[in-house]
Amino acid sequence: MGRITLEQVTKSFGETQVIPPLDLTIEDGEFAVFVGPSGCGKSTLLRLIAGLEDVTSGEIRIDGNAATSLAPAKRGLAMVFQSYALYPHMSVRKNIAFPLRMAKLDQAEIDRRVNGAADVLNLTDYLDRRPGQLSGGQRQRVAIGRAIVREPAAFLFDEPLSNLDAALRVGMRLEISELHERLKTTMIYVTHDQVEAMTMADKIVVLRAGHIEQVGSPLDLYRAPRNLFVAGFIGSPKMNFIIGAEAAKHDAHTIGVRPEHIEVSDSEGMWSGVVGVSEHLGSDTFFHIHDTGLADTLTVRAGGEVGFKHGDRIHLTPRADVIHRFDANGLRLA
Amino acid sequence: MATQQSRSAARLMMAPAVVLLLGWMLVPLIMTLWFSFRTYLPLRGGDQGWTGFDNYVRFVTSSAFWPAVQTTLMIVLGVLIITVALGVLLAMLLDQPMWGQGIVRILVIAPFFVMPTVSALVWKNMFMDPVNGLFAHLWRFFGAEPVSWLSDAAMPSIIMIVSWQWLPFATLILLTAIQSLDSEQLEAAEMDGAPPLKRFAFIILPHLARAITIVILIQTIFLLAIFAEIFVTTGGAFGTRTLSYLIFQRVLESQNIGLGSAGGVYAIILANIVAIFLMRIVGKNLDN
Repeated sequence: MGRITLEQVTKSFGETQVIPPLDLTIEDGEFAVFVGPSGCGKSTLLRLIAGLEDVTSGEIRIDGNAATSLAPAKRGLAMVFQSYALYPHMSVRKNIAFPLRMAKLDQAEIDRRVNGAADVLNLTDYLDRRPGQLSGGQRQRVAIGRAIVREPAAFLFDEPLSNLDAALRVGMRLEISELHERLKTTMIYVTHDQVEAMTMADKIVVLRAGHIEQVGSPLDLYRAPRNLFVAGFIGSPKMNFIIGAEAAKHDAHTIGVRPEHIEVSDSEGMWSGVVGVSEHLGSDTFFHIHDTGLADTLTVRAGGEVGFKHGDRIHLTPRADVIHRFDANGLRLA
Repeated sequence: MATQQSRSAARLMMAPAVVLLLGWMLVPLIMTLWFSFRTYLPLRGGDQGWTGFDNYVRFVTSSAFWPAVQTTLMIVLGVLIITVALGVLLAMLLDQPMWGQGIVRILVIAPFFVMPTVSALVWKNMFMDPVNGLFAHLWRFFGAEPVSWLSDAAMPSIIMIVSWQWLPFATLILLTAIQSLDSEQLEAAEMDGAPPLKRFAFIILPHLARAITIVILIQTIFLLAIFAEIFVTTGGAFGTRTLSYLIFQRVLESQNIGLGSAGGVYAIILANIVAIFLMRIVGKNLDN
């Protein structure tokens, strides 16, 4: 069981309040992702839940029990750190067994759980190596192994993939999702990468300057971002924002159109512009369009084989049903 | 250092230093070896020719030899234990964020800059003097009989003085080591349920192993040869005659250069034995 509730939690370092009063509930078995730009307080929030930082005021409950003043070890949570924080002088086996040794389990039980975890994480061949002899992905798995042997109420991940190269990151992302499917344990995952958030989460919590901007499933956030910040943060490439006369046509201060919701044509369309840089990814092509009279640059996604060149004139038509409208305060208009 | 030219240029550049250091080491070594096989009494007839191994035999069979070896090892061991133990504690203390950290760190390091002779004199006259010393005043304040430290507890006193001098060195090395410890490791251990003492034993101490090894190796080299502290405090009396002090006495007080030189050769052998043992025991720590 691992239902985590935050009630009016705040955190201040000296005079500066990094987390203003905040309420949040993470249901048992949920994969929650805290996402936001760097310095938005997402790691601090995770450390508050872990107990590595003390809350300034407010209540944290784990499964309904007050955990606010409980020591980290007593909360039944396991954490995977950005640097993995493996113990360099211990073998992989000892690293994974460390929390069990601290809990004074008997040796047979420790061996059983360590071997079980090693089996799940494909670490059996590496149990006698030191962390220094492992690759980044293997270290990551050891860190996860150290977390799962404790059979915690919830896992906390603090940007666990940011030290891996791009290919490994995709692989580990799948492994962690797979692990969540298998264990069905609550997971809280902090990242600044919206792709990780979109692909892994059951529930995304978008944070900015300690405030929760929006909470919801990935597709909720994609389809109906509550404000300009969420609209710009979720989705890749970024949503195009258009202000002025074109927005006024839709009775809005700002309209947002995702690059994938614009049709391109060489002959006719609602808008037109000049092709700047085009990024060919094979499956897709992203065109950066200038001189549209709408915004500095519009980003447009087209099929991989669409062949506009730098300097070509291009015509664009947004899909009318997926234009996002925002008012002068940046809030979504229904 | 890639090309033939840069390699030979490098050798040429290094040559003066190598030659100088080699000469610096070899000349005294050869002179010591030379004199150790001769009867050389400067005030009683000067250099009187070869004597074979007589000096060596006389030096070891003297009743002062084994106690001197024992004293030397006791001082080295005592100072090592005190400086490493207190050094680890002080390093952890200084690693904590606190007000006036910079000044405190400089103060802690200060004793290392005091010359051995001066620090020994300060300890002897200002702290340990049985009449006017601060300790005597303290003892009298509590109604106790002042201790004459340097005669009644000569070895502990000398170990204390030398430890005071070397503690800053140990602290400094260990502090830099402790600062390189990833704080996430400690947090991970905390999450894993390790209480403070276990975090110390399982995380901090293993992290410091390499630094402790270095402290032990460097200190041993210097501690085997301590002299000034003994010279100005006890003058080798009250069981504080170390091997190097015994050699000094043989050469200057007994005016027997041959005998002293033989002692010097024994000191070299002892230092090497200790060094080999240390390398064997703690050198493993440097490998991984």
